[in-house]
Formats: sequence, structure tokens, C-alpha cells
Amino acid sequence: MIGIATITMSFAAYTSAMVVRQSSGADWQAIPLPPILYFNTLVLLASSATFVIGRRRLAASWATGASEPAASPAAPGMTWLYLTLGLGLLFLAGQVLAWRALAGQGLYVATTPNSGFFYVLTALHALHLLGGVAALLYLIGRLTRGSGPTPVNALGAVSLYWHFMDVLWIYLLLILATRL
Amino acid sequence: MPPTSFIRKYIFSLDHKVIGRQYLDLGLVAVLTGMVLSWLMRFHLAYPASTIPLLGWIAPKLAAGGVITPELYLSLMTMHGTIMVFFVLTTAPFAGFGNFVLPIQVGAEDMAFPRFNMLSFWVTFVAFLVLVAAFFVPEGPPISGWTAYAPLSAIGKDAGPGMGTGQTLWAVSIAIFCVGQLLGSLNFIATTLDLRTRGMTLMRMPFSTWAWFITSVIGLIAFSVLLPACVLLILDRVAGTSFFIPAGLVVSDRLQAHSGGSPLLWQHLFWFFGHPEVYIAILPGFGIISHILPVFARKPLLGPKVVLACMGAIGFLSYTVWGHHMFLSGMNPVSATLFSVPTLIITIPATIVTLLWIGTIYGARLRFTTALLFCLGFVSVFVSGGISGFFLAQPSIDTYLHGTYFVVGHFHFVMGVAAMFGIFAGTYFWFPKMYGRMMNETLGKIHFTLTLIGVYCIFMPMHYLGLAGNIRRYSAFTDDYMKGSLPLHRFITMAALFTGAVQLIFLYNLFWSRFRGAKAPPNPWQATSLEWSIPSPPPFDNFGGHHPVVGHGPNEYGVAGPDGDYVMQAEPEGHGVA
Repeated sequence: MIGIATITMSFAAYTSAMVVRQSSGADWQAIPLPPILYFNTLVLLASSATFVIGRRRLAASWATGASEPAASPAAPGMTWLYLTLGLGLLFLAGQVLAWRALAGQGLYVATTPNSGFFYVLTALHALHLLGGVAALLYLIGRLTRGSGPTPVNALGAVSLYWHFMDVLWIYLLLILATRL
Repeated sequence: MPPTSFIRKYIFSLDHKVIGRQYLDLGLVAVLTGMVLSWLMRFHLAYPASTIPLLGWIAPKLAAGGVITPELYLSLMTMHGTIMVFFVLTTAPFAGFGNFVLPIQVGAEDMAFPRFNMLSFWVTFVAFLVLVAAFFVPEGPPISGWTAYAPLSAIGKDAGPGMGTGQTLWAVSIAIFCVGQLLGSLNFIATTLDLRTRGMTLMRMPFSTWAWFITSVIGLIAFSVLLPACVLLILDRVAGTSFFIPAGLVVSDRLQAHSGGSPLLWQHLFWFFGHPEVYIAILPGFGIISHILPVFARKPLLGPKVVLACMGAIGFLSYTVWGHHMFLSGMNPVSATLFSVPTLIITIPATIVTLLWIGTIYGARLRFTTALLFCLGFVSVFVSGGISGFFLAQPSIDTYLHGTYFVVGHFHFVMGVAAMFGIFAGTYFWFPKMYGRMMNETLGKIHFTLTLIGVYCIFMPMHYLGLAGNIRRYSAFTDDYMKGSLPLHRFITMAALFTGAVQLIFLYNLFWSRFRGAKAPPNPWQATSLEWSIPSPPPFDNFGGHHPVVGHGPNEYGVAGPDGDYVMQAEPEGHGVA
């Protein structure tokens, strides 16, 4: 079973990339991007960084404490995973604020093609990130319970997916900033 | 552990064999539905003024007095196309047989993600229900064809009857269907790459497994484009966006309150999916034929690596030709040429594979089973339909032929009937493995002979109708200049009703053999691949707890083996090689 999860997640990632890429093709009246998006970007980047640190800490604790197969909730890496989760949710909240900011300017999904694409692309990304949050919650649940084999593959898969969401967001932001 | 409760065993089962049969059963229901719709259309085309009994009672508004209105005709056409392409040609050869056979052929206990697999089927089932629901909304199903061209598909009720709720249901159904197929494709790829048993190298995989693998790669890309296209279409319809609707559009005397969208964007997105979809329907057939022909020719398939390379090339090229569906969209002639060239190039690998099949049976002592006959029938209709493709690939000729019955004849042969023959071949071939009983060969041969004659009588004349300028999508040919085609249309209708009736023989054989057929031995056809090394039907975990070790390729026929003129893949390496 080794590696299946990872490979498949990367395929899932590829799929979502296609989904998002294909819908970009608009170039009409420009809309101003809400500045909070840049703050959100930093938050998301930070969440990737905390995930990396958390994963390293967990791997280190597994390598040293070979007798203890599962990590306890007190393991140093767990704090970083919780931080990642928090930053992910903060990003989503920030996106909601961005939508509200646009709506405040009278730009709704049907107002201009550009706002339509903005809402669709960001919403699709948020939806996918929500999937990442769910996967992270599942992972934290397994780590906290501490029963069963260590979820090395699952951790790898979720982390890959999370970073992919990060890269995807940068790509979207570039498109939104240059094309809208 | 095998589940014991009825629901876990037969309905929400995680077993790939059950899910495969569920897909095939769904395909059977869908194909019968689609066939009845085509009968109604054909009857109306041949006898435009005649009433159809009970139809006036079923659809009082759309078929008052039992005569089909032009709008109902278009609804029937839309539903026939959508059901056949999505719920028959995609589900049966790919998801159905692939699910049942692929894990066994690579030596796995199940798919990589059994839960995704179950979800994939039930999502597809829901998509089917949503689509069929369009029959039961007041204005009936959409009239936009299976391609649902924007902007008329995007603006709602003003575009005509069925374009309100019916079209929304259509878009939602197809979006759901995409999700199901994406999950399925993902599973196929992961299973093929990661769950192969020891010794099962990529080059030792049977051709059918290769074909399903390539198909799932195509499907992953194709359906992940159609999904956002449908999402955007739904948003245009319900959220008031303008992705596909241009400014200043007046439909039914009403100015549409949209602006800035591009109807062509839909065509591009749709056909970027739509053309690969043709290969999603036909490549599993390629695999099934390449798998079955050597079994009954008792000779190895000629040029096995070339066949694989050609299937890969077809898969790749299928993404470069979508524009040939859009020659009439006002496309720049240079772009048209750019799409025409790869269209002609893609005929090369297809031709090579066909010639290799013919080379395989050349000089062979064929065992004329029904499965083999359908393989030969596949080659026949694929060539007949493929040759008309050469003409359509030329933009200048296509300009004349595109809107005529020539195209109808072409794609029904090459995609519809060929894929159906692949399904029939697979059914007669794998039925013993699926149900542990043999199908009746006599009935099978009658079924094949009459079906082959029938489909040629239906679709061959359509090419001539098209050359004569007979427009497609019209519900009746009563105008002066088209009256001359009526006798031929009557002949086609007779042939269609006859061919449909012949399928009752198949249905009878299917159900009779399922319960009364002769018991099937593990390897009735003396084939080499892994599914034939285990009992019929296979146990819950396929290989009874042990993992087979593969020592041979799938193509070792006509050699001196331990059991005859073939070597099973599960034989130890170096054993029995000629």
C-alpha cells in the first residue's frame, strides 16, 4: 500500500489543477482585488511552513521513540499541526472577508464576467482547501487517538495536498492579479 | 472478510466484482431506454403523420394525439444521445468490464480504493436518476442535443420547451457524472500502478488492462474539463453569470440580461472533453478485441508493443483534434487546417492497430465462438465507420456534410456500434467468469448474424442520405426537396426496429444463461490471463488469500505449454516456453 495515497493525491491534485485552469480565459473590465487577499496569501504560506515543521518534528519523534509507535497528543509536532489547521481556517475566513469586500463594492458573481470568474475560482479553491482541512482533521484525529499503525502515508499525502493548495493559490492569485 | 448482509453484499458493496456488474446492469437499463427513444424517433421520421399508441396518453402536451411534435423529437434526440454516450458507452466498456476484470488481471484483491469505487458507482447512479428526472418535469427534457450548445443552453426557458428545468437537470446530471468518472479513473490508475502482483511488469499486463489504463488517463483529463464547463453552465443558468452568453442577445423577442460571455468557450470546453470521450468509448473496445482475438486465433497478437504504442498515441492525439467538431463555428481556415492535420494523423495508429488485428487472424485456425464473431464484427464496423472519417476530417468537405446524415452514420458506426460490439464481445467472453455459467452459443451466433446485418442496414444508407444533402436533427422530411428520402428513411426505420427486436435474443440469453446455463470451468477458452486461473465465479478476494506470481506475458499462444498450446501468465518463469 506504500505510496498509493501519495500518488493518488497528486492525481487528485492534478485534476483540481485542470479544473481550475480550464475555467480561466476571461479578459474584460478590471476589478480591484481586495487587499486582504495578500494578507491571506501570507497566512496560507505560513500554514505550509508550519506543516513542514510539524511533519519534521513528528518524523523525528517517530525515529527516536521507535518503541512508541504512535505519537501522543503532547508530541512536539502536534502543536505545529494545530497551528497549520488554525492558519488554514484563518485563510478561509480571510477569503470570506474578501468576498464581502467585493460585495460591498457592489460586485456580485453575476455583475461582470471578471467578478464571476473571481468568485468561481476563489470559491473552488476554498472548497478544495476545505477538503484539505477535513483531511488534516482526520489525520490529527488518528494521531491523537494513537491507536493503529503510524499514519506515515496519510501524513505525506495530506501534506502534499496542502502544499499543492498553496501553490495553486499563488497561481490563481497571479492570474487574478494579471488577468482581471 | 466477505460481508454477509444483503445490503453490504449486493447494494453498497465494496467488492470490485459487484460494482463492475452494477455498472453493467446500469448500462443495460440505460441502453434499453436509449433504444426505445431511438425507436420513437425512427418511427416518426418514417411515418411523420402516424400516431404512436399510448404516446398521446403519456405525453399529452408534447405528443398530442400520439403524434410527436418537433420539440419532442429534439427532446428524444437529446436524451438518446446523452444516455447512450454517457451512461452506456462510458459506463459499460470502461467502468463495467474494467471494474470487474482489471483488478483480477493485475493480480490484486480489489481496487486501490474500494470506498471511492463504491462512491463512483452510486454517484453515477444518482446522475442517471437526475437525467431521467428531466422526463418528468412539465416541459420535458431539453431540446439542445447531447452537446448542449451555448448560448441557448445557458439562458433558460426563453430558448424553448425543456430548456428550463430540463436543461438544468441535464447540466447537474452531467456534472455529477463527471465526479463519478473522475473517482473511477483515479482508482483505475492507482490500481494499475500500485497493486500489480509480483512478476506483473507493465509489459506483461494484458492488452485490455492497458486499454483501461490509457482510457482512465484520458478520462481523468477529459472529465476534469467537462466538470467546470458544467459548473459554469449551471451558474449561467441559476446565478445569472455570463460565462457563455454574449451581450445584446435577443431570444424569443426578449433581450437577455447578460453580457460579455462567449458561446464559443462552451464549444471549446465541451469538445475538449467531447473528442477524447469518443476514445473513452472505443479504446476499451480496442483492448477487449486485442485481448480476445489471440485467444480464439490461438496465435499471439501481432506486434503487441506496436498495439500498445498506437493506443497511447491515440490517447495523446485525441486531445489535439477537438476543433474538427467546430469547423462550422466560423473558425479561421488556418485553425481548421491545424485541427484537420492531427485528425488525419490519428487515423494512422488506428489503421495500424486494425491491420495488426487482421494480421493476427491471417492464417489462423479460428475458433468461431460468439465472442470472436463480435470481435470480427467490431473490426468490420470500425473500418466502415472509420473510412467515412477521412472525408469528414477535411474542413471543405465537412462544411457540406457536417449537418447531414453522413455524420450520423459515421459516428454511430465508429463509436456507437463498434463500442457496442466490443461490449457484446466482452459479455460473451467474460460472462462465464462473472456468473460461473456459459452463455448459449447458438443463440449468440444468431444474435451476432442478425445484429451485423441490421446495423449495416441502418447506418450504411445514412451515408448516402448525407451525400444527397439530407439534413440531420429535423423531425420530419415532408418538404418537397426532401420527400425523395422518405422511402430510404422507412427502410432504415424497419431495420432499426428489426435490429432492436434481435436484441431480445441477447436479453433472453443473458438471463437464461445466468440461471440455467451450463456450469463454466475456470478456463473455458484456454486463455492465458490471470482471471482464467481462478474459479468461475471468483471468490470474494479473487485469489483465495494467496498472491499469484506472474512468470509470463499475456500473449503466449501457439506455443507448447503444460496444458496445451498456450502458457498461463501464472506459470512459473521459464516453464513451458517453446
